[in-house]
Amino acid sequence: MSPLRRRLLFGVPLAMAAVGGVGFYTILRRMQDNDYNPHTLPSPLIGKHPPTFALPGAPGFQGFSNTDLLSPPKPMLVNWFASWCAPCQEEAPMLHKLAASGITIWGIAYEDTPDALAAYLQNFGNPYQRLATDESGLTAINWGVYGVPETYFIDKTGIVRLRYPGALTKEVVQNRLMPLFKQYS
Amino acid sequence: MIPELGHFCLAMAVALACAQGVVGIAGPTLKDPRALTAAPLLTLLHFTAISLSFLALVWAGVVSDFTVENIADFSSAQTPLLYRITGIWGNHDGSILLWCLILSLCGAAVAVGGKRLPASLRSRVLGVLGLISCGFLLFTLAVSDPFTRIWPPPLNGAGMNPILQDPGLAFHPPVLYTGYVGFSVAFAFAIAALIEGRIDAAWGRWVRPWALISWCFLTGGITLGSWWSYYTLGWGGFWFWDPVENAALLPWLTGTALLHCAIVVEKRESLKAWTVLLAIATFSLSLSGTFLVRSGILNSVHSFAEAPNQGLFILGLLGITICGSLLLFAVRAPILAGSGIYAPISRESALILNNIFLCAIAAVVFTGTLYPPFVNLLFGIQLSVGAPFFNQTVLPLTSPIILAMGVGPLLRWKRADLYPVMQRLWLAAAIAALVFIILTATKHIIAALGLAGGAWVVMAAFTDLAERVRLFRVPFGQSLQRLFTLPRAAIGAAMGHIGFGVSVIGIAAMTLATQKVIVLKPGQSTELGGYTWTLKDIHDAPGPNYQRRVADVVLSDNGHAFLTLHPSRRFFTAQHVITNDAAIHTNGFQDLYAVFASEQDGGAELRLNRHPGAPEIWFGGLIMAMGGFFSLSDRRLRVGAPFRKRVPGGATV
Repeated sequence: MSPLRRRLLFGVPLAMAAVGGVGFYTILRRMQDNDYNPHTLPSPLIGKHPPTFALPGAPGFQGFSNTDLLSPPKPMLVNWFASWCAPCQEEAPMLHKLAASGITIWGIAYEDTPDALAAYLQNFGNPYQRLATDESGLTAINWGVYGVPETYFIDKTGIVRLRYPGALTKEVVQNRLMPLFKQYS
Repeated sequence: MIPELGHFCLAMAVALACAQGVVGIAGPTLKDPRALTAAPLLTLLHFTAISLSFLALVWAGVVSDFTVENIADFSSAQTPLLYRITGIWGNHDGSILLWCLILSLCGAAVAVGGKRLPASLRSRVLGVLGLISCGFLLFTLAVSDPFTRIWPPPLNGAGMNPILQDPGLAFHPPVLYTGYVGFSVAFAFAIAALIEGRIDAAWGRWVRPWALISWCFLTGGITLGSWWSYYTLGWGGFWFWDPVENAALLPWLTGTALLHCAIVVEKRESLKAWTVLLAIATFSLSLSGTFLVRSGILNSVHSFAEAPNQGLFILGLLGITICGSLLLFAVRAPILAGSGIYAPISRESALILNNIFLCAIAAVVFTGTLYPPFVNLLFGIQLSVGAPFFNQTVLPLTSPIILAMGVGPLLRWKRADLYPVMQRLWLAAAIAALVFIILTATKHIIAALGLAGGAWVVMAAFTDLAERVRLFRVPFGQSLQRLFTLPRAAIGAAMGHIGFGVSVIGIAAMTLATQKVIVLKPGQSTELGGYTWTLKDIHDAPGPNYQRRVADVVLSDNGHAFLTLHPSRRFFTAQHVITNDAAIHTNGFQDLYAVFASEQDGGAELRLNRHPGAPEIWFGGLIMAMGGFFSLSDRRLRVGAPFRKRVPGGATV
């Protein structure tokens, strides 16, 4: 090996560390400027219509398909939940508040059984105008659902504008949902 | 008053560390003997100052001084004494102070224990340590001061995160930090050697014990952490490829490689530049591990939720330390040339093979951990790299290590013959083959391969020992006598290999685990793993700062009840947190593991597991660490044999 090549070879670790350092610096700067968050889960659905699906209703409820979401009379929410999920139970009071304020919420029960779902609705009430069931979980995969609960905001043209993974809190409703309702109504 | 004194000591420590750094590095060029003796003294003063500062924080924690923000946020009057103390390092600011304390302790250990080192080398090593310490102490003082006061003080503290209230976790951070930080000494030796431009066998001999002791602590820390997540998080797993676990695994991998190639430097004066690079890389990875946990860049259960401006400060420190040392390496290392010559089949080659594969695993884990944030940054693509990736990439890379590990210790230096070595290993190979054949009957190929590999490593290490004591070739008593006179380093190395093999056996056996999630009402029972598990009762029980709901699960074998497990759910009223406390019964070879997940309609949702081999995972880790410590007690390291040779016949110097 020529002396020059040997020298260059010994510089490789330095070059690698420098590149890594610049990368981390950029990530941290952008985290500070709030235009980058490594923990967000962007949804591929944002700015698009939901994928094709047709789900049956839960017993006593009307189900819905993607065509039903094409042009709702006003902006609405689609809420994924399950009777077996604890954060969904925490979220239930907030959904009731939203429903009481006149917001349309359609629900999709994810990998649930009719009995457990009926018991859940009895215990925690029903904020949903329509309630579909996705027993196989295939529609959830197509939507890119990360986990339940998850809430999608759909505008009057049927386009998804927001996906919020996790239970809706007062802050989320105030800072993220309400501005959207104002903007798109 | 005491917290102010602690803060003052901290400020003093910064000044002393800075002085230690400058005097230590510049001292040897001054040609003044006083300059050479100054660095050790400054190191001890610097250590004293940090110790006092740390004690002040501990004192504030013990007396529950809620005017100190750190204590008010992470402790409360109801917290038991043990956790009031360990809570000090359960949060960000306190853990950085502990980190600095251990770093200065390492420096003090070199100052006191390194009397046989050449004075200039010792001074430079202490200087490098001083500069690192100075940087991190400045960080503590400037942006993460643990002594910040609040006024008015709250009546009671917010309390400690219940998950952290556990003896296993209480000692996990100090042990792990000692491992991380201990590699700073090997790093300092590498930097000092680069400055001096000289590496010889003696250098290898001095570095090895330091690398070994940090390796032992790191092994112990990782084992403790894994054990903790196994028995408290209630997931029944022991390794999750969480970014923070990977951050601890990376320095362990390169540190293991360092340990092995320092042997080559010591015995054969080869692989010098590579050893220096490994020392730099190991400490750099330790630093980055600490940094990544704190910056919030990686998704992790361990996050401290920190502001990114602290991240920038640490990134600056890391940049200076890592890039500075690598720049020095790029400039100075090409002059380090090895002198030893060896054949492709020799102990040296086996150690190089070990290095290549360990570093390959490290590279894979490194890439898997950092790929997601970087891809997101560059291309805006979201992805997550999880256990399936790591399992599929790390396993194939581990197999050649397992194979080579059995053969390596029996090879001779310079040039060896594979055939006679394989002849001596026939028993180990036969046992491994037997294990494999028996287990293929269970249709678990991975488990069979893993158990066979583990058995191979363990048996090969025993064969190595048996060969050394000439077992069955000389009378047994004589063999025993030989065992006692064997170098402890050799026994320690064999123990290290045996420990690794035992861990491999445990991990492989865990793939045979059986699990069941079931809702039982009192009186109902279920079958799992050949036992009948019956839920007897669900009842309340008191706890020190929580309420408990306990499920009594009785296990019986053919109608004969032999064990009652008490998994519980703990309700921490102060923080509104519920934790699951798993009940684990172990017989040393198998764990019976029950978690009380939730309660519904008078029934209990139970997660029941039978984990064959689970205890072996941690036994293995323990044996590895013990092997390291045993090796450290070697006479050669205690009495400094290299200097003996210079005074033949007890001549006066």
